[in-house]
Parts: sequence; structure tokens; C-alpha cells
Amino acid sequence: MSVSAESGALPTAGRAPDPVLSLRGVHKSFGAVHVLKGVDFDVFPGQVSALVGDNGAGKSTLIKGVAGIYPFDSGEFMFEGKPAHISDPKHANALGIEVVYQDLALCDNLDVVANMFLGREEVRGVGLDESTMERRASETLSGLSVRTLTSVRRTVASLSGGQRQTVAIARAVLWNSKLVILDEPTAALGVAQTEQVLALVERLAANGLGVVLISHNINDVMRVADNIACLYLGRLAAQIPASEVTNSQVVELITTGRTGDIGLQPDVADAPDTVTPRAGA
Amino acid sequence: MSTIVENPLEEQTEEGAGLGQSIRNYWERVRGGELGSLPAVAGLLVLIVVFTALEGDTFLSAFNFANLINQSAMIIVLAMGLVFVLLLGEIDLSAGFAAGTAAAVLGVTLTQRSWPWYLALAATLLTGVVIGFLIGILVSRLGIPSFVVTLAAFLALQGLMLLVIGEGGTIPIRNDSILKIMNANMSPLAGWILFAIVVGGWAVLSLMKRRSRHASGLPTENMSVFLAKLIALGVIMGAAVYILNQERSRNPAVTSIQGVPYVVPLILILVVCLTYLLSRTSFGRHVYAVGGNAEASRRAGINVANIKLICFIACSTMAAVAGILFASRDNSVSPSTGGSTTLLYAVGAAVIGGTSLFGGRGRIIDAVIGGLVVGVIANGLPLVTQESGIAFIVTGLVLLIAASVDALSRRRAQATGRA
Repeated sequence: MSVSAESGALPTAGRAPDPVLSLRGVHKSFGAVHVLKGVDFDVFPGQVSALVGDNGAGKSTLIKGVAGIYPFDSGEFMFEGKPAHISDPKHANALGIEVVYQDLALCDNLDVVANMFLGREEVRGVGLDESTMERRASETLSGLSVRTLTSVRRTVASLSGGQRQTVAIARAVLWNSKLVILDEPTAALGVAQTEQVLALVERLAANGLGVVLISHNINDVMRVADNIACLYLGRLAAQIPASEVTNSQVVELITTGRTGDIGLQPDVADAPDTVTPRAGA
Repeated sequence: MSTIVENPLEEQTEEGAGLGQSIRNYWERVRGGELGSLPAVAGLLVLIVVFTALEGDTFLSAFNFANLINQSAMIIVLAMGLVFVLLLGEIDLSAGFAAGTAAAVLGVTLTQRSWPWYLALAATLLTGVVIGFLIGILVSRLGIPSFVVTLAAFLALQGLMLLVIGEGGTIPIRNDSILKIMNANMSPLAGWILFAIVVGGWAVLSLMKRRSRHASGLPTENMSVFLAKLIALGVIMGAAVYILNQERSRNPAVTSIQGVPYVVPLILILVVCLTYLLSRTSFGRHVYAVGGNAEASRRAGINVANIKLICFIACSTMAAVAGILFASRDNSVSPSTGGSTTLLYAVGAAVIGGTSLFGGRGRIIDAVIGGLVVGVIANGLPLVTQESGIAFIVTGLVLLIAASVDALSRRRAQATGRA
């Protein structure tokens, strides 16, 4: 809560930190289906940017483009102020982009350390360097102030849903990441565990990372987000500071693409692929 | 230091816990459904007690103990290879005849072509590699279920074996180096040296691990737990070497038979190397990961197809090693080598030892423990009854019990949130 209260405003030119990720006029088609029609999207370090939109609005396509799973067809892709062309997931990881998918992708039969280092194990000689991995895993978890895990040597199978989400997020920040994308991190969690994960999301931003939070839960979004980007039918309806909108305005943006004078204008929203509307009011 | 590892209130971590606490932790895990090899060890003890009660004089003799090792060795080696495939949640039905085919290659090259024994051994192992490669390619690249591929290989290899062995049916093995593996024993002194290497080596490695963890500021295993394990290992190994060093010839004046069979150090080396491979290298970590969640492994950047391919190669190569043991024990290779119940006993051994058929759970040592259970049944039952029907039924029941324990422990684990 404190994070969004302190730095609620979208940075304006001049005092703003440079965005860690900046997309301009991004397009993506799958065959004849034009999914992203010129989307602009900015993520700032130390801030939580919520990405909202109804099913089919293009949220998944947008993050898969950033993650390198389906590279964008056209548009400007700036990462840390430099143009980047990300062609595959490994490339995205190397730049410092990590995605935590909804189904977490953890191996139940392995312990927390093994899962956090899966595919990128620390090796000394021919063997695994378990000591270093265990120490780094513990340090990362304590750096995120995680106190819910009693042992990093427990198998993931024995963890609760919130603890698993914690492990998946900790894995994402283990690699000097600069941008962490969380896909519906609270979708399957109870009240207390949702609270834990949201607190963790705030801590990620407090540690200086750029965080993208995809969620259908408007309350979660309003609780942690510094700014909200709303997609509507493949276009960016608006990216606005969370402090400047209410819950119902966000819902209106999601369902109709505009609210008051924020968002897409009626003729643009329904027009075929013409001009790209500018973000914000 | 982190609060994560050192928070002792909610759940005592095993590291740093005393002996009593470690035993309580272990019992907690067992109650939670993580049985490991406990049922197999318990089963082994029960079987030994039963056979001792029924036919103690013969069953407990040093001669029979050495015999038991010889009977179990092939099953154990085959089962070790199968652990790789079972860890992925796959199956290799052809491993028995892969052993037979490799043995046939050994017989042909060694006896009929008069190759030197080392070249013949290389050809035999290469046969295993090629068989595993073909199976692995079909499973990992074409995506054909391993059950079907290896069922086809089961039939095809049986035919290939007949063709390789050719008319005449049986190829004798006369090479001393090969025959020694299963038929010769180390000197009693060499047996005790082996004992010292195993127990001392384990102690040194454990202490090095302690120091490395201590240097990294991580909690270490309590000294009393280490000593208890060391004493247990020493007593079991020492008893085995002592018994095997007894004179077990029926007529010591004519020939003296004593000492640890050469196949024991062979199996120990395989256990150590393969355990290291599976538990201490990133390849091994990836095998468990693919068996646990193939999709998660793929997203983590692991080449799932390659891992599968290598596991099938490992399985068939270990089958070739088992084939060499068969040829050595029988002094010959025949079309029935590796056939009949061999494969089923080996799969049974792995599962009885605690390797899950669902993938992701199992260790190399499981194959040894499970192989000994199967071996004790095969060895002890004929002393009690000559009825071979009974032996099949008992082995079947034991396998069924093992599979039930596997399934029940999974359910138990799910109920307690450990699955």
C-alpha cells in the first residue's frame, strides 16, 4: 500500500526515471487475425504497472512478445533506453526479462532451491554447486522478506499455493532481472495468501524492478499498481496513474475502451486499423 | 543469515538437528507418504527372517549368501538402467532382450571371431548404446509412446538375437577375463581393503560436504547423525565382507572358495558413479525435472528430447552390462539369455526398491535394494518348496504389494500436501 501511495503518479517528463521497457506502435498478427494494433506501453523501474483488459484484448500476446515467445511484427521496442529485438525467450532472459506464468511451471518433485535454479544450475567442475545455490536462494528469499518458507530444501509439492507463487517469483528475481512480468499471480489463491503475494509484488517494485502485473481482479490492481494500462480490442485504451482513476472507471475502460474523456474516442475505437491513439488523456 | 532456514519453530529442518530429532523428522516424512526404500528394506528383513525360520541352515550359509549375490547381480544392473527410464515416467520393455542381444554380440565376437576380450566388451557395450539410441530417437523425436516402441523392440531384438547367435543355439564363453566377473572372488585381504575404501570414502566425502556447507554459512548435519550413519554402514558392510570371506567350498581340501565376488565391486562402482550422475550433476537434476514436470522443464530451457534420448541410451547400455554378467555366469550365450522373467523381475526390483512408475521419484540404490528382495525370493523359495509355480505367485504378490505401497503413499502424500 505504501508504495502506491508514495509514488502513485506516472512520472512526467523531466523528473521521471527512464522507462525500463518502452513499446511504441507495436503490431502483431496471427495469420488474418490482427491481435495488437499499434500498442504503446511503458514500464518504469520501481513501479508496478498493471496490465488489464477483457479476455481477447491482447494482454497475453503483448507479454509473449516482450518475453520473446511470439516476437512482434513491427513497432519500436526499447529496453533500458536501447532498441532491442527479442527473438526468443533465452534472449529475453539474458536482457533481464522474466515472466512468471499463471501455472508457475514448477517441478513438484524437486525442492525449492532446485526449482529456483532449474535449467541454470550453478556448476563447479562437473558437479552441482549445491552450497552456492542454497545460499543464493536463501539470500534472494530473505531479500524479498519472505518468512513463510521454513526450509529451502522442502519439495515444492509440500508447499501451499501462496508459497509456490513466492518460489516462482523469487526464481524470476534471482537473475538480476530488471523487468518481472506476473501473469495472474493471485488467481488461485485464498485471501491471506493473496495478501502475501501482493505484498511481495510491492517489495519487488520497492527493490527497484519494473513490475508488470496482469490481473482480472480490479481490487488487487488498485491495491498495488502505480499505473494502469488498459487494453481494449488490441489497442491501448489508456495508461494512467492509478491514483487518477476509480474502480468503476477502470471497469468502464476494460469493457468499453473509454471513460469520460479518458481512453479511445468512439470513432477510433470502432474504426479499422487507422491511427494509433495516444495513451492517457 | 536468512530467517528461512533457521526458523526452528514451525518445522525443524533436518540440517542441524540431533539424532533423535532426525529420526523424528524421518518418521514424519514417512507418515506423510515419503516412504523411500523403507518398505523394501522392511520386506527384505521379513523375507530373511521367514527363510531363516524355515530353512535357516541352508539359507544363512556363506555359500548361499555368495550365491544370492550372483543371482541378483544381473537383475540389479538391469534395474539400475531402468531407473533412468522410469524416472522420466517412461518404460523400457526391451531391456531384457537388449541384454540378450548384447550378450550374443559378446559371444560371437569373443568365441567365433576370436576378438580380444576388451574389443569384444567394447562391441557389446556399443550394441547397448545403439539399441538405446534407436529407441530414444523414436520416443523423443517422433513422440511414439515408449510402451509401444519398446514392445516392438522386445520382439525385434528377440529375433535379432536368434539371427546373431545363428544355428546351433548356444555359444560357449571361454575367455577367462569375462568368466572371472561372476565366477571369481577377491582375496580376503582385498575384501577388507574394499571395505576400507567404501566406508572411508563415504566418511571423507561426507566430511568434505560438511566443510563446504560450513564455509558457505549453511547449516550442517549434526555430528551424531553422521556418526550413526557411519556406524550403520560399517556394520552392514563389515558383516557382508566377513561372511563372504568365510570358506564356502564343500570340499576345502580340493578347491578353496572364499572372498568377495568380483561382481560386488563392479556393482558398487556403478552405484557410486550413477548416483553421482543423477544426484550431483545438472544432467541428473534435469532427469528428475523432466519426470516431474516436462512442460516446466521445457520452459526452463531444458532440452527435454535430449534428456529422454540419453536416458534410453543409459538404460540399454546398462542392459548390455547385464548381458555381460549373464554370459559370464552361464559360461555361454543362448537364445533364452535375458528372456523369460528377466525384464519383469528388473522392473519389479526398481519399483519394489521405491522408484515410482509415475516418474520423478527414484534412486539408483533402489535398484540394489529391490534387486536383493527379488533375489532373496528367487534364492530362498526353492529351499522351501520345489514348486516353481509358488515362486512366480510369491514374486507377483511382492510386486503387487510394492506397487500398492507406491500408489498408497502417493495418495497419502497428496492428503498431507506432500505429493
